Amino acid sequence: MAIEIEEPSAGLSRVAVSETHGEDSPYFAGWKAYDEDPYDESKNPSGVIQMGLAENQVSFDLLEEYLEQHSEAANWGNGISGFRENALFQDYHGLKSFRKAMASFMEQIRGGRAKFDPDRVVLTAGATAANELLTFILADPGDALLVPTPYYPGFDRDLRWRTGVKIVPVHCNSSNNFQITPQALEAAYNRAEAMNIKVRGLLITNPSNPLGAAIDRPVLEEILNFITQKNIHLVSDEIYSGSVFSSSEFVSIAEILEAQNYKNSERVHIVYSLSKDLGLPGFRVGTIYSYNDKVVTTARRMSSFSLVSSQTQHLLASMLSDTKFTENYIKTNRERLRKRYESIIEGLRNAGIECLKGNAGLFCWMNLSPLLENPTREGELTLWNSILHEVKLNISPGSSCHCSEPGWFRVCFANMNQQTLEVALKRIHDFMEQTKIKKNLL
Amino acid sequence: MVINSLLSVFISHCIDSNYYSNSLRLVIFRSEMVFTLSDQHHLLSKIATNDGHGENSPYFDGWKAYDSDPFHATKNSNGVIQMGLAENQLCFNFVQEWIKRNPKASICTVDGVTQFKDIAIFQDYHGLPEFRNAVANFMGRVRGGRVTFDPDRIVMSGGATGAHESITFCLADPGEAFLVPTPYYPGFDRDLRWRTGVQLLPVVCESSNNFKITEAALEAAYEKAQEAKIKVKGLLITNPSNPLGTILDRETLRSIVNFINQKNIHLVCDEIYAATVFTQPKFISISEIIEEDIECNRNLIHIVYSLSKDMGFPGFRVGIIYSYNNAVVNCCRKMSSFGLVSTQTQHLIASMLSDQEFVESFIAESAKRLAMRHRIFTRGLSQVDISCLKSNAGLFVWMDLRRLLKDSTVKAEMALWRMIIKDVKLNVSPGSSFHCSEPGWFRVCFANMDDDTMEVALRRIQTFVLKGKEADLEVKRQRWRNDILRLSLKPLRYDEMTMTPRSMMSPHSPIPHSPLVRART
Repeated sequence: MAIEIEEPSAGLSRVAVSETHGEDSPYFAGWKAYDEDPYDESKNPSGVIQMGLAENQVSFDLLEEYLEQHSEAANWGNGISGFRENALFQDYHGLKSFRKAMASFMEQIRGGRAKFDPDRVVLTAGATAANELLTFILADPGDALLVPTPYYPGFDRDLRWRTGVKIVPVHCNSSNNFQITPQALEAAYNRAEAMNIKVRGLLITNPSNPLGAAIDRPVLEEILNFITQKNIHLVSDEIYSGSVFSSSEFVSIAEILEAQNYKNSERVHIVYSLSKDLGLPGFRVGTIYSYNDKVVTTARRMSSFSLVSSQTQHLLASMLSDTKFTENYIKTNRERLRKRYESIIEGLRNAGIECLKGNAGLFCWMNLSPLLENPTREGELTLWNSILHEVKLNISPGSSCHCSEPGWFRVCFANMNQQTLEVALKRIHDFMEQTKIKKNLL
Repeated sequence: MVINSLLSVFISHCIDSNYYSNSLRLVIFRSEMVFTLSDQHHLLSKIATNDGHGENSPYFDGWKAYDSDPFHATKNSNGVIQMGLAENQLCFNFVQEWIKRNPKASICTVDGVTQFKDIAIFQDYHGLPEFRNAVANFMGRVRGGRVTFDPDRIVMSGGATGAHESITFCLADPGEAFLVPTPYYPGFDRDLRWRTGVQLLPVVCESSNNFKITEAALEAAYEKAQEAKIKVKGLLITNPSNPLGTILDRETLRSIVNFINQKNIHLVCDEIYAATVFTQPKFISISEIIEEDIECNRNLIHIVYSLSKDMGFPGFRVGIIYSYNNAVVNCCRKMSSFGLVSTQTQHLIASMLSDQEFVESFIAESAKRLAMRHRIFTRGLSQVDISCLKSNAGLFVWMDLRRLLKDSTVKAEMALWRMIIKDVKLNVSPGSSFHCSEPGWFRVCFANMDDDTMEVALRRIQTFVLKGKEADLEVKRQRWRNDILRLSLKPLRYDEMTMTPRSMMSPHSPIPHSPLVRART
């Protein structure tokens, strides 16, 4: 038997004891509430409905159908003896066939309006790893990345935790539908300068999470001018590019660069993943696409810490190089998301709730500011808590996304079936009725 | 024009100065910079532009030679044989049989597709419970059931590469250090240092006592760090050892535990080669030592594991951190978000490693084949008086070529190495790449090829050593052929199809490929 010593353990690192991993935030109460009381149509119809998870479950049948009809995707090429080659393959360049398939898939999503070179595709275990990796490459500890608000809460961990890099927010507000303006960019840059912090880049998410809207072309052009003028990097996280309801409404930074013959493109890097568009977050397939040779080489070397399983690369290489399948998938997926979006918007409108006009993503950006008792973060959290415990919906409060205006909430609609969505909408409707009655009585 | 006149004014002022030439150079450099159009280099971080990735080492000549002229039994029989890659290719037919019999293990077959959605959606960083159970079970079986592992302490990572980096991020701050016994796996220089900013300090081990890790060596390394005012946070050992192929005996393990306990520093044990122990003495894991009658703060003990070597699945990126410290488990689990194992792979591994019959027979069969391969290879070497460090584990031998060195220097070792690549056409790894303190040792991998290729490699070595002594050579060859017939009844030969030269760009291959160069696969 080991004799235990009552000694303090040798310390852990500063990274280990910091809270930058972000998991001690109040928003985890929502996840907890769901975990303890999850909704189930038959077994727990009054449970909490999860509307805080941006997952895409609307198109799984298409994937399953593909797999049933293409058993060779399951085999490891060359019959069973291909298993050995696949199991041994740890080259950080990634399977050539897979990179080609990813590049082609990304082109299809952009309606062929931009070309992608498979040799610039760097594979990482999810966009989580991609964003952290790019941060390690583009910034030193203590430097900063500008990020427009509201933004995906995970960035606080992915960009800052182990890298030691800071985030300086670019404030956007509802007066112009939260669009990124040159003034806001300048203001953020100057704020950083005033604090003696060196800005190394700007990270945009297009289409935006949590707004659920694609960034307009003129705004993207202004953004390009800004980063060129300041000589900083631009990371465009286009993880929701396949979730734009109508292909023509999405402009990728890649298109703009191609249109200007890739002038000044060495500062631009795109992050993508199959977690949202294909609904495969478990498979950990992320990619960095950079127009900068040195970044590609370095990112590839760094990807050693987070490579994509060769088994998964092989499966997806088959699937994504079947262009008939991917074309149909992209089209159908967009259509189903659009229908889902329209039904939630209508349902919310009937309940007297307005949302930001969106055209992409797996969620809508709901405006509940009229309901706030106090137009403050605390007021928003109070409202959030009642929605969680009384209405039994886990939605994401805008403050978790660093939104500068209280009262906005992100509501996911693609991680459940239509019936569950209807149940959620009914609950919201009833809640709004009760709130109106309460207000009238006061 | 303006710049030139400013320059000349500056120069005239510097003529009397002692640092004239330096200043001049500086001024010219600065003026050139003003006109540089896009200076990409300074746009990137220090991490991106330093050499921490480890690929600018002189050792890439070997990889380059193999890559440009890879051996193939029929298509390129004079090519370079790759003996620098520690891969385990001996048991694939065994695994493939299991896969054929278990179609449900793949979620992409008709049998398995019903589980597809649930698996594909699952991104919880705790990992599939069945995966953790199966890995814990496997780790226990590999240690002969002498210890059990708690599935709740199993944390995923992007291969052992990711595991080492994560645990370093968790245990040490930039500037702090880990002690590592030499010779050690070159990848540690990148994995533990590159993005973490942590240092590695050697614990020098010597051939005079078979590279044993002595208390004296540990104390010396620790003292040296103290004098340099560097804070030591932990000790990293690899057991079984890469590149030595030896295992640590009980006495050494206990003295290591006493050392780290007394200094109150962490102990990270990389047991990635645990199942490659092919003959006596039996492997002793750190997990067994801490259960013995020994003073030990368990919060200091952490194990790194992976399926890349024991099972031969480096492509699947199954890295594991197993810590006895709850805070470390929690922290590394959060960090695992940056390198989770694909759930498709988790599912396959869960099925495979929970099949007890398969696990037991795999472990036994793998050891048997490794033992055979090791015996043939070392016997072949001894017939030309080449000795290796006595070893009973790993996928390689630690070959002693000291007597072939011109003199006992790294320079001579590198010269011999280049000759081996160029004339013998074998890519082996020189001891200096492992930070070995004595020149003349080489790591030679033997488990990443079939029997025929092994034969070719041995013949080339024998020819090289016995240059000019043809008669001797023929006698030895005949003796050796008889041995082969006696020992190996069923030659391990791979399909023609799978023997095509493939792009062997290991993540550790130091060849800097431009993104515009196509990979071969």
